[in-house]
Amino acid sequence: MFRNQYDTDVTTWSPAGRLFQVEYAMEAVKQGSAAIGLRSKTHVVLASVNKASSELSSHQKKIFKVDDHIGVAIAGLTADGRVLSRYMRNECINYSYTYESPLPVGRLVVQLADKAQVCTQRSWKRPYGVGLLVGGLDESGAHLYYNCPSGNYFEYQAFAIGSRSQAAKTYLERKFESFMDSSREDLIKDALFALRETLQGEKMTSSICTISILGAGEAFHVLDQETVQRLINEFEVVGEEPPANEAAAPDAEAAAPGAAEGAAPDQGAAPMDI
Amino acid sequence: MPKQQANWSPYDNNGGTCVAIAGADYCVIAADTRMSTGYSILTRDYSKIIQLADKSVMASSGFQADVRALQKVLAARHLLYQHQHNKQMSCPAMAQLLSNTLYFKRFFPYYSFNVLGGLDSEGKCKGKGCVFTYDAVGSYERVGYSAQGSGATLITPFLDNQLKSPSPLLLPAKDAVTPLSEIEAIDLVKTCFASATERDIYTGDKVEMLVLNASGIRQEFMELRKD
Repeated sequence: MFRNQYDTDVTTWSPAGRLFQVEYAMEAVKQGSAAIGLRSKTHVVLASVNKASSELSSHQKKIFKVDDHIGVAIAGLTADGRVLSRYMRNECINYSYTYESPLPVGRLVVQLADKAQVCTQRSWKRPYGVGLLVGGLDESGAHLYYNCPSGNYFEYQAFAIGSRSQAAKTYLERKFESFMDSSREDLIKDALFALRETLQGEKMTSSICTISILGAGEAFHVLDQETVQRLINEFEVVGEEPPANEAAAPDAEAAAPGAAEGAAPDQGAAPMDI
Repeated sequence: MPKQQANWSPYDNNGGTCVAIAGADYCVIAADTRMSTGYSILTRDYSKIIQLADKSVMASSGFQADVRALQKVLAARHLLYQHQHNKQMSCPAMAQLLSNTLYFKRFFPYYSFNVLGGLDSEGKCKGKGCVFTYDAVGSYERVGYSAQGSGATLITPFLDNQLKSPSPLLLPAKDAVTPLSEIEAIDLVKTCFASATERDIYTGDKVEMLVLNASGIRQEFMELRKD
């Protein structure tokens, strides 16, 4: 992957018409821990894997509330993500102040994309090393966007970014057609399943994942650990295959109380609430 | 040629009265709902009160366009605070913010006479009522009760008679907050407005009262004379 000659500067093209610095920035996104987003007609769920640099430290905050109707999950250089979240929050506040109505999500992502593009065309800057999954609800419905370090943005029904996101994407590709009409609870469950795919065998507990939701009549908020642990217990009991889950749902209700004792909320590396 | 005087003013006075009383575990903030200009009534149903945070409520009389602008600035600043600190602003913090915001426009002031009421949320004063009173450029003081606006001169002497406590600087330290119960305080506020309405032409129509206490916030209305 060494393309040394034309990659010193973001303002240098390669003969093949590529900007290597921008592509390297997108690599940074792939190295970050996974973040997943899905949306239905009325709700958007954002989920992320909590990666802590060591057992002694807290995990990095990857999901941010931007406004009551917009949330963002990031993957890559979380410092860059934090800065961009602050920018998004300011934009929402200023728009609300001027127009006394919530900033449409589509507008915000364009502003974000334009901001990222600037960093790909100035020799004294570097591209943001973070991919953002922006979920929001406005007059035109629920939306999920992915913003790239390149300055591109795309709208998605469901998407996953970061390390081992391909596994989640495979799961989402199988199920995405049903998401538009999904209920709020099913959407959260699908997010957990997709997140589990990225863990690839690692034990799934509420301390390793963060789930957030926003929707019609529901401001953006992160689900608390107990709720998440309860949801995990519900589907762990039933077994591996999600399609089997629907048929075995009555059993799950009966078995869940028994399983609850065995999988109490894991207080291990509790997230640092900044 | 004699010096030309401005025949236009950027300010207008929309009248109205605001009152706030702090209790041991509650706070009452009230304002009438009449909006006037000159000798005319613009509307009988305008709220001068806004809830800025969980435990902070502001009532303002004066020039309502400036009041509205001030309310928007404070609301935006509170959102920012919440993003940065992950919690709601306490009433004393909001009080300082309001003072700074007003002084920021020291040389073109907000024509807004404010009372800020709420519940203290710090340390041993947790849950106690607090009232802060302001002038148009941000000079403020924590008090046990306050009135601002066109009916203030009629109401304040009455509240002094009913509520005034010895100075908190005396030893042993005495509370500035009234020992009255919540019901008694609300009744007092209603009496104040009924009296002010009699003699102040800018006060009347309805009084809107907000009561903050440990169980949350409650709103009450009372009809006043319409003349």
